Amino acid sequence: MAVTFAQRRRWLKGAAAVAAAVAAAPIAALFTASVLAADSADEVTIKVIAKRFQYEPNEIKLKAGTIAVLEITSLDFVHGMNIPDLKTRADLPPGRVTKVRVKFDRPGEYAFLCDNFCGDGHEEMSGKFVVV
Amino acid sequence: MTDRREFLKLSALGGGVVFMSGLPGCATSAADKPAYDDFYFVQLSDVHWGYTGPANPESANTLKKAVATVNALETPPEFIVFTGDLTHTTDDPKERRRRMAEFKEIASGLKVKNVRFMPGEHDASLDWGAAFKEFFGDTHYAFDHKGVHFVVVDNVSDPGANVGEEQLAWLKADLARQKKDARIVVFTHRPLFDLAPKWDWATRDGAQAMDILMPYTNVTVFYGHIHQENHHMTGHIAHHSAKSLVFPLPAPGSQEKRTPLPWDASAPFKGLGFREVEAEAKDAAYKIQEFPVVRA
Repeated sequence: MAVTFAQRRRWLKGAAAVAAAVAAAPIAALFTASVLAADSADEVTIKVIAKRFQYEPNEIKLKAGTIAVLEITSLDFVHGMNIPDLKTRADLPPGRVTKVRVKFDRPGEYAFLCDNFCGDGHEEMSGKFVVV
Repeated sequence: MTDRREFLKLSALGGGVVFMSGLPGCATSAADKPAYDDFYFVQLSDVHWGYTGPANPESANTLKKAVATVNALETPPEFIVFTGDLTHTTDDPKERRRRMAEFKEIASGLKVKNVRFMPGEHDASLDWGAAFKEFFGDTHYAFDHKGVHFVVVDNVSDPGANVGEEQLAWLKADLARQKKDARIVVFTHRPLFDLAPKWDWATRDGAQAMDILMPYTNVTVFYGHIHQENHHMTGHIAHHSAKSLVFPLPAPGSQEKRTPLPWDASAPFKGLGFREVEAEAKDAAYKIQEFPVVRA
C-alpha cells in the first residue's frame, strides 16, 4: 500500500498529539470487563479505550459462542487492534469509535495487541480475551 | 580475502556454533558463473542507543565494547551491517537526532569503513524514517558484493509494519534483473514471516514480499528485532535473526509478555552479541558464527 500524503499527515498528527498529551508512561494495570452472556446467540457490546500504552479493559471475559462488538476509542494515536487467533485487525484513529466484532467458539485465552508502533512502551500494549 | 582456513581459525576463537545456511550444491555452472569469491561480513543488530533501564545497566558501554571486539577480529570483515534499532525510540525529535548522532559517532570507530545501516521501528516508525534518512540515507536499497546481490528491505518506517506497495514494486523490479539462481541476501528488521504475531513479530504484508522472493532459488534473509538467534525456513528460503546489543528477549511466544530477560550481574552481556557470516564461492551456503560482546 503506498503511503499517501494524507496518511502521513494523520500519523504525524497522532504522534505529535501523543508527545503533548502524555507526560509519563502509565503503570500497567488490569482492567477487566466481564461479559458472560447466558445465550451463545447473544450479542454484547464492550467499550474499550486505547491509549499509550494500554487498553482499558485489557482483559475481557466472554462466553464461548458469544458475539462481542468492541467499540474502541483511541485517545492519542492511531493504535491498532490485532487479534491474531481470529486473523482480525483494525486501525484505531483517534476521534471516532472503531467497531470490531469478535466471536470465540472455544474456551481459552486469546491475545490482542497494538500492532502500530506507538512509542516507548508499545511492546507492553496488549491484552487478552478469557473465554469460558 | 578470507580463505577457509582463516575463517575456521576465527571460528575456533569465537566459541560459538557454526550454523550452515543455504543450499549447498546449488551454485551455477562454471560456464555462466558470476564472479563469486569468498568473503565474510559482520551483522550487528538492535543496539537501542539511548535505552536506560534495568535490563542493561551497561547500555552506555555495550556498543562501544562490541565495536572494540569487531575491530579486534583477526581478519577484518569486508563489510558490516546494522540491521535496525540503532537507537531506542523517543517522542522528542531533537532527542532522536541526538541519539542518532551519538550512535553514528561510536559506529565511526569501526575500522572497517564499508558499513551499511537500516532502520528498526524504534528509529523510524514515529517519523516515517525522516531522522534516519538525515543521518544514514535511504531506508531501502540494494548493492552487490563479490557476486552476491544484497537487498535491504524497510518494514519499519510504516508504523503498521508494512513494506508497502511502492517498495514491493521496487523489490520486484530490482530482483527482475537477477537470474533465478542468483545468490540473493535480504537484510530486514522485522521477520518477513509470522514468527509470533501475538508479540507483533511479523511484517503485515510480509507474505507479499515472500511471494516476490520465492521464485529465486538462492535467497537468505538476515534480520533483527527479536533480540535472539532464530533460524527458520519458508520453503527453500532461510531466515536468521541476530542477537541484540541491548537486552535479550524470551523465545518467540514462550510467555504472555515479550519482556526483556533480566540482566545477570554475574554474567554481564549474557545473551548479547554479533555474528559473522561467511559466503563461499564454491556454493550458495552461508556459515554463521556467533560472537559475544566481549571475547575472553
